[in-house]
Amino acid sequence: MSRYAGDAEAIRKLVREAEVHRDVFVDEELFQLEMEHLFANTWVYVGHDSQVANEGDFYTTTIGSQPVVMVRHTDGEVKVLLNRCPHKGVKIAGETCGNTGKVFRCPYHAWRFRTDGSLLSLPWTQGYDDTGFKDSPAAKGMTRVKNVHNYRGFVFARLNDEGPGFEEFFGDSLSSFDNMVDRSPAGKLQVAGGVLRYMHNCNWKMLVDNQTDTCHPMVAHESSAGTAKAMWQKAPEGTPKPMAVEIFVPFMSPYEDFDKMGIRVWENGHGHTGVHHSIHSDYSAIPGYFDQMTAAYGEERAKAILSEARHNTVYFPNIMIKGPIQLLRLFKPISANRTLVESWTFRLVDAPDLLLERTLMYNRLINAPTSVVGHDDLEMYERAQEGLHANGNEWVNMHRLFDPAELTQKNVITVGTNEWVMRNTYRAWAHYMTLDM
Amino acid sequence: MKRNDPRIEGAVPSDKELVDFVLREARMLDQQRFEDWLTLFADDGYYWMPLEWGQTDPKLVCSLMYEDKLLLSVRVERLKGERTFSQKPKSRSHHVLQMPHVESRDEAANSYVMWTSMHYVETRNDEQTLYAAWATHHLAVEDGKLRIKLKRVDLVNCDAAFGNIQLFM
Repeated sequence: MSRYAGDAEAIRKLVREAEVHRDVFVDEELFQLEMEHLFANTWVYVGHDSQVANEGDFYTTTIGSQPVVMVRHTDGEVKVLLNRCPHKGVKIAGETCGNTGKVFRCPYHAWRFRTDGSLLSLPWTQGYDDTGFKDSPAAKGMTRVKNVHNYRGFVFARLNDEGPGFEEFFGDSLSSFDNMVDRSPAGKLQVAGGVLRYMHNCNWKMLVDNQTDTCHPMVAHESSAGTAKAMWQKAPEGTPKPMAVEIFVPFMSPYEDFDKMGIRVWENGHGHTGVHHSIHSDYSAIPGYFDQMTAAYGEERAKAILSEARHNTVYFPNIMIKGPIQLLRLFKPISANRTLVESWTFRLVDAPDLLLERTLMYNRLINAPTSVVGHDDLEMYERAQEGLHANGNEWVNMHRLFDPAELTQKNVITVGTNEWVMRNTYRAWAHYMTLDM
Repeated sequence: MKRNDPRIEGAVPSDKELVDFVLREARMLDQQRFEDWLTLFADDGYYWMPLEWGQTDPKLVCSLMYEDKLLLSVRVERLKGERTFSQKPKSRSHHVLQMPHVESRDEAANSYVMWTSMHYVETRNDEQTLYAAWATHHLAVEDGKLRIKLKRVDLVNCDAAFGNIQLFM
């Protein structure tokens, strides 16, 4: 029984001004439609170009449900190919990363492809003459995603040939990427430290939603951040504040503080918390770093770059970045009730190692499957995934600080506990789900 | 300890005492005697669960856990909390250890390394997950008692995607 396929109106009705229907989170048919439409109409993060630094370097991942390989072509550009042999469908690149040289070779029948996907050769060509092969899709090679954009190292792809342009889709929100990259004295990031992979039995949008949810840390994370804060308060006076305490304690900031931190709302579901101040604002200075930044940019510009304390910038559909600690989280959809969360970290090229050390500490304390913060978040998502099946009220509520005037406003700074970015997430969801229906 | 009074300097643990220590440590975890378990760590002790196969750097390569006694104490304290939602209901654990092996002993340096292959089960609600790992204990005698300077847990699938791992392996 199909309730939503091909019915744009039914899909739009799932998103009210300040409420979202539970099917958006629990319905498998909608999930399949997301894979088919939403993840094809939008610019989805693929990977960072430092993962494929040299010609022939490749990295395999997914865009929604699509297996892809990101590869550095012989012309120096990063290409994104669907990772299947046009012959029998075998995944050509089998490992997460590696170097394939100038060609991909299918391990099943040795069909060979250039790193832009085009078919280079078959091993035993007689037998294909006059068969119609040369006009078949197989003769075209591995399917290349035409719309790929490398923004300062961050590689995005849009699977559908038609759709919004990259700049049109992201608009002013790219300033958060700029700030993260500018924090390197060399203006360059490198993926570093390894990736944390955390399996969540919940819908991917629960994680998206959580990124600008400033009314949960002091509640859900009382057991972790609150305990760390209480224990730290018992430490003898004069004890140097450990990095871990600096990381944990701001999670316990009261509502008033989160209100004052502010939220910036962009179009298309993008936005960020921490406009004026954030939980990352009061970290200790890293010795030598400011001098390196001043040498690279001049004092005024260095101060401007470092005074941005953007907390979480969420990019629709499925990533979040933290500029001040060089971290990117990717929410990979697997099914309506299953999501793989990958937390990637970056080295600021030419900056002190201690910055990467802090980034990695943050990542394992907050985003690891062993994290006491992550445990309570996941508990909430999983309870929601189950609880949403309750009948009687089929709507998820997002009324906090809703004002109908917001429907026509763009690029706005608002109170830090506003659920506006969440509402925009689902407005964008309805738009990009139905754009090509 | 061999020299009868354990408080005397240079007390040396026997192999059996080293083995018993490792077995007792796992038993404490399974019995959820977390406060007692913490006392097994030296003040500068660490618990390390690498993320990478054969990882050598705990600081510039990410780990699942790399925690000093303060962070371990936060975990133990949190497990007791009324608002520790991911522990309502609580998890339980079960260790099966292969006979711990004395990897090296250096009495002069007061350094003893134990190597133990193990299966670890963690369970909560209706879910039960099996992990296979090797534990490496770096031990030293402090005030006459064996203490953990470093407990390293290498999962055979350290780079896999995991759900919650909430207790200690």
